[in-house]
Amino acid sequence: MSRKTAKDRLVDLGLILMMVLPFVLAMMLKILTKPYEQGISVSGAQVYFTIPMPIQDLPITESQVVSLCVIVSILGLCLFMTRNLKVVPQTKRQIIVEFIVEKATSFVNGNMGKRFAAFGPFVAAIMALSAFSSLSSLLGLYPPTSDINIVAGWAILVFILITYYKLQGGVLNYIKGFAEPFALFAPFNVISEFATPVSMAFRHYGNVLSGVVISTLIAAGLQGLSRLVLGWLPGVLGNIPFLQIGLPAVLSLYFDLFSGLLQAFIFAMLTMLYISTGAPEEEA
Amino acid sequence: MLELAIGIILGGCALGAGCAMIAGIGPGIGEGNAVAKACEAIGRQPECKGSVTTTMLMGCAVAETTGLYALVIAILLIFVAPKLLVGVLMGALGL
Repeated sequence: MSRKTAKDRLVDLGLILMMVLPFVLAMMLKILTKPYEQGISVSGAQVYFTIPMPIQDLPITESQVVSLCVIVSILGLCLFMTRNLKVVPQTKRQIIVEFIVEKATSFVNGNMGKRFAAFGPFVAAIMALSAFSSLSSLLGLYPPTSDINIVAGWAILVFILITYYKLQGGVLNYIKGFAEPFALFAPFNVISEFATPVSMAFRHYGNVLSGVVISTLIAAGLQGLSRLVLGWLPGVLGNIPFLQIGLPAVLSLYFDLFSGLLQAFIFAMLTMLYISTGAPEEEA
Repeated sequence: MLELAIGIILGGCALGAGCAMIAGIGPGIGEGNAVAKACEAIGRQPECKGSVTTTMLMGCAVAETTGLYALVIAILLIFVAPKLLVGVLMGALGL
């Protein structure tokens, strides 16, 4: 085992900061700019400021900021984990990274076949982005995946990929594919073509958003209940919602952890399925 | 009169949201069937547990889509539509 130099440690520290700082900054931004409101309310992403544009103003919302933080953080994580790679793994980091990469590669190979092996990084990136975005709600941030605009962006990207791979079989075949099983079905086929990205976006966004809405409603209900039951306590004690301890954490285990990770997995899985079924059969 | 109109808008939105969520029945039955069959499959072949569970979760998530469409519509009706419709009404009345 080679000794770590001071420079190595410094770079490590910098990369760890790169992982953590975006989230800290986003949380500080949220705390500083959140307007004071009585009780708990369900609202969309907060608009920080708008950039004037010729056709329509471009609002910079909390979900955009948080998703950029997630991207920077994942970049930091990747750089941190892949530093000083050796042919024979010497650090725990490299063993973990090799395990993850191997899993991702075999996952893609198993679902899409060998000829799409190059899709491994793309699918892993989508999965990591989606999972980390959903998990950011554990830190009290607005999860970007509960904003339709973010998820629709990913779905459109996947749709473009699907169409690109369908066009690989020739433009004529692509157009002919709409007239299956016969020409009368063309309108339905066009609708189902466009339903793919819509359903992908709505599935992901609806799942995360329902978690956010239900947790908020339950937190608000518990606050009211504790004011009703424990309101007689003297002084500040009466204003602290004691009943909010416990139950929201259990719910967040399901809604934030399980549901968020499951949706990330399903988004990646559907991406692979649609792309591999859309591509023309390979002549062997 | 304006109060009545706004009341009708709010009531209609709430009723519509409730009606939309009737769609929750479908995914419930569908996912129940899927899980029941998955349990049977695992009972028959316990060694296939991993792949059966993965496939079941995948199918459940796809079956959930229609329910989520209803949920999105209900959420729009509760949190977005009232403000929008009252705004339209006010605009039509020139207020």
